[in-house]
Amino acid sequence: MHSYFWLLIGRWEATEVDEAALGDSAADKLGVRASDTFVLTPTPQPKDDFQEELVIRPLHSGDIYASFQFRTLWETDFMRENKVSHYRLFPKSLGQVISKFSVRELHISFTQGYWRTMQWGQPFLPSPPGAELWVWFQDSVTDVDAAWKELTNVLSGIFCASLNFIDSTNTVQPSASFKPLGIVNETDHRFLRYATLPREIVCTENLTPWKKLLPCGSKAGLAVLLKSEKLFHSSFFSQTVHIRPVCQDRECKTTSWELRQTLNVVFDLHTSGQGKREWSLFKMFSRTLTEACPLASSSKIYIDVTDNPQEEYFELSPATPLLSQAVVLGDRRTFSVYDLTQQVTFGTVRSLNLLIRWKSTEGDMLRPLLHAERYVAGYGLQTGEIHTVMYNNHPFRSFPVLLLDSVPWYLRLYIHTLTVTSKGKDNTPSYIHYQPSKDRMRPHLLEMLVQLPPHSVTEVTVQFERALLKWTEYTPDPNHGFYVGSSVISALVPSSVAMDTNITQEQPLFSSFFPCKEESSYFVRVYTEPLLVNLPTPDFSMPYNVICLTCTVVAVGYGSLYNLLTRSFQIEEPNPRLAKKIANFIRRIRGVPLLS
Amino acid sequence: AFLLTFLSAIIMLIFICFCVHFQNTAGQFFSSGHTNNWAVLVCTSRFWFNYRHVANTLSVYRSVKRLGIPDSHIVLMLADDMACNHRNPKPATVFSHRNMELNVYGDDVEVDYRGYEVTVENFLRVLTGRLPPSTPRSKRLLSDDRSNILIYLTGHGGNGFLKFQDSEEISNVELADAFEQMWQKRRYNELLFIIDTCQGASMYERFYSPNIMALASSQVGEDSLSHQPDLAIGVHLMDRYTFYLLEFLEDIHPASKSNMNDLFKVCPKSQCVSTPGHRTDLFLRDPGSVLITDFFGSVRKVEITMEAIHLTDPILQLEDGPMSEEVQEKTYSYVDQLPVSEIIHQKPKQKDWHPPDGFILGLWTLILLVFFKTYGIKHLKHIF
Repeated sequence: MHSYFWLLIGRWEATEVDEAALGDSAADKLGVRASDTFVLTPTPQPKDDFQEELVIRPLHSGDIYASFQFRTLWETDFMRENKVSHYRLFPKSLGQVISKFSVRELHISFTQGYWRTMQWGQPFLPSPPGAELWVWFQDSVTDVDAAWKELTNVLSGIFCASLNFIDSTNTVQPSASFKPLGIVNETDHRFLRYATLPREIVCTENLTPWKKLLPCGSKAGLAVLLKSEKLFHSSFFSQTVHIRPVCQDRECKTTSWELRQTLNVVFDLHTSGQGKREWSLFKMFSRTLTEACPLASSSKIYIDVTDNPQEEYFELSPATPLLSQAVVLGDRRTFSVYDLTQQVTFGTVRSLNLLIRWKSTEGDMLRPLLHAERYVAGYGLQTGEIHTVMYNNHPFRSFPVLLLDSVPWYLRLYIHTLTVTSKGKDNTPSYIHYQPSKDRMRPHLLEMLVQLPPHSVTEVTVQFERALLKWTEYTPDPNHGFYVGSSVISALVPSSVAMDTNITQEQPLFSSFFPCKEESSYFVRVYTEPLLVNLPTPDFSMPYNVICLTCTVVAVGYGSLYNLLTRSFQIEEPNPRLAKKIANFIRRIRGVPLLS
Repeated sequence: AFLLTFLSAIIMLIFICFCVHFQNTAGQFFSSGHTNNWAVLVCTSRFWFNYRHVANTLSVYRSVKRLGIPDSHIVLMLADDMACNHRNPKPATVFSHRNMELNVYGDDVEVDYRGYEVTVENFLRVLTGRLPPSTPRSKRLLSDDRSNILIYLTGHGGNGFLKFQDSEEISNVELADAFEQMWQKRRYNELLFIIDTCQGASMYERFYSPNIMALASSQVGEDSLSHQPDLAIGVHLMDRYTFYLLEFLEDIHPASKSNMNDLFKVCPKSQCVSTPGHRTDLFLRDPGSVLITDFFGSVRKVEITMEAIHLTDPILQLEDGPMSEEVQEKTYSYVDQLPVSEIIHQKPKQKDWHPPDGFILGLWTLILLVFFKTYGIKHLKHIF
């Protein structure tokens, strides 16, 4: 039976293994075969996939929140014996890090600024100020601490950050927080490490290598908007990298590796917006979009128009017919969608510059249900008290929160003074895990599961005492103070809208980060402010002063005494005056006796 | 006829001169003997009012990158962050000229050592190559014996020392010894050392290793002065010596033929107020034959060959083996992010060994029982 089949580019299989036929077909892949029947599988699904999206959410205070998400999915196995060598969309530097250190999950974030939950709502992806790194290692790792130390050094080279300052004095091993966000068989917290560097600065030198990890770099697609001069002139800037294994499809029989790079930025109305409540892509990023990344399978922009159903508050141009709804952070939001893979989006001018112009400033903001603050109370340089305040703004539901506190060893916590009060009454946590610190080796770790009553304020206080550091342990600018990392509050907040537990449905990236197991609540992580405490600082000029003073005293006091005791005095003839000298000279010539 | 021979002789002479000149330039092209270029650029000052030192280092970085040295061959050490400092009215920028004409920070900068990492120990370890094994490649100076290295230091200094970050110093003896270690380990072919601090010439007085050329912005006893403040930013933007050095380098392009003698003339006393100095006695070649691009650029040598090169057959991409054709019975799932009941009933793993519960109590009970057995029960009344 002869039949013609068009051969598609890609792998195809023969039903009957025919040596000669296979040899021929290898030579002319694109030709038409007219001999034995061949079963043709369609073009196999590409093993890796890249999606990019940008979400713009106008905030109630007039600021604007932009969140970029870039996701690369790759079906491969980093853990097998023969190493992966052909990288296409997945960056090679990260792939090598994963296989060398047997990493199962890696989450790293660099943030400048503090997220103001009460003014801006909840972020899509929270991050604490400074740098934060938490890693789940594979079960096969025997020495987790050594792998952690090498991993931080390698990452400091990749991201041009001083992550090599992460060592045992600021690394903790949480026992209940930071459960894996990806696919896992079982969770043994021995393989988890968490560290935060609140002092870390984020600048262009961190953004540059981050942009180089993207498949299109910063040359095409949404990444052309990432210009550092505009991004760092903002109230909040955060760039993160998340690597984890995810389900490929609904049955979840196979996993693929997901690399998510997100960038969150909040532009301030007055510094970037010049006070005018009108935002456009050009005003925010000083660039407009001309094309999608050619390597991306989807490239979209979402504008949050939930508060603007009839266009009474702001006007969006150019208009778009695409609308999409998504349940994100416990609320059903409506988005206007711009699809950059369609040429029609760019219009006749071949460039897209979205414009959001406000007409009136009415409107209520959705109050976030969970909010936290932290501050240091007390006076002087010896003792103090750390207060962590958590607000539950839900009118009738209470929910549990897991509070993780990691305090450096030089603030000696007195756990017997730990109090947890809600609405004035004692609130005993149902789970406490405390690991005391060891001087110069390990920080304090405090984890508590607290039930927050509805519509209440819960305060956690603990007293501490400041330790004296050795003079070589101070930083070059010790009078600035020492930072204490943010507390992490993980909670399952009740949701007013049914959450979507179907993980693989076509969801926008920003709503599908935290896996959802039940419909009635959603998982959220809130970070408090970092603390800045002053430690008693010595006067570093004292060694020099002491040496000078001691030497002076010794030289003047002992030296003069020694001279007095050991010096002998002789009588000396006074020098004759000049006239007498000349007279004596003349007398000597004359041979006459000299004057006395 | 005489005129003809005369003319032909002249033409022959011109031709010979041209050939010799051509040979000379070709010879010069291959005379330096180095195959790769490295740069170590260090700013040692912290705090906002030392903005100019960071701007100095970044302007040299910019010139060096522009002339061809890639980021992988530059070790940039900045002791403080000026660009994203909260006092900077224009974030992510560092300017070198008044009125914000030139942003030397740019969009594509990679800082290898920043903040508290810039210490004397790290600087000497970078130079000598004695770094811990887990140091990434971007933080290493991987030079060999055919490398020309440019070392630029700026900050606050004095007679014989340079201050690092207000807390430690490096002395000229230590620096000279580090260069000697580099020479003995064959870590450089030629070294150009430029320093822009007060009394900078004292730092190169003690060098004793061959093939080092040094430049300083001021002599012993003199201060190096800063150039101009910018009223919007509020601090001095650059130091004078590096400002005029930057102006000089802006005219250099990769094919430029300027040599070191032009570099020695940068910033005379009329412009700099201090007297720049240089030291060439340890350098084997004549400074007039050393090109600026030998140190500031990365000029590669190209060997032209007329032979035919045979390429191998194209390498076929190795197909992945059939990816687990068997149907996986195991279904994976995500983990509960906050499993409350599991957490409450979690028993904390105790790493240190403690005696089992009630052990001490049982031990004391045993002791008391034995005591009363031996000595009789009547002693019990003394206890209660």
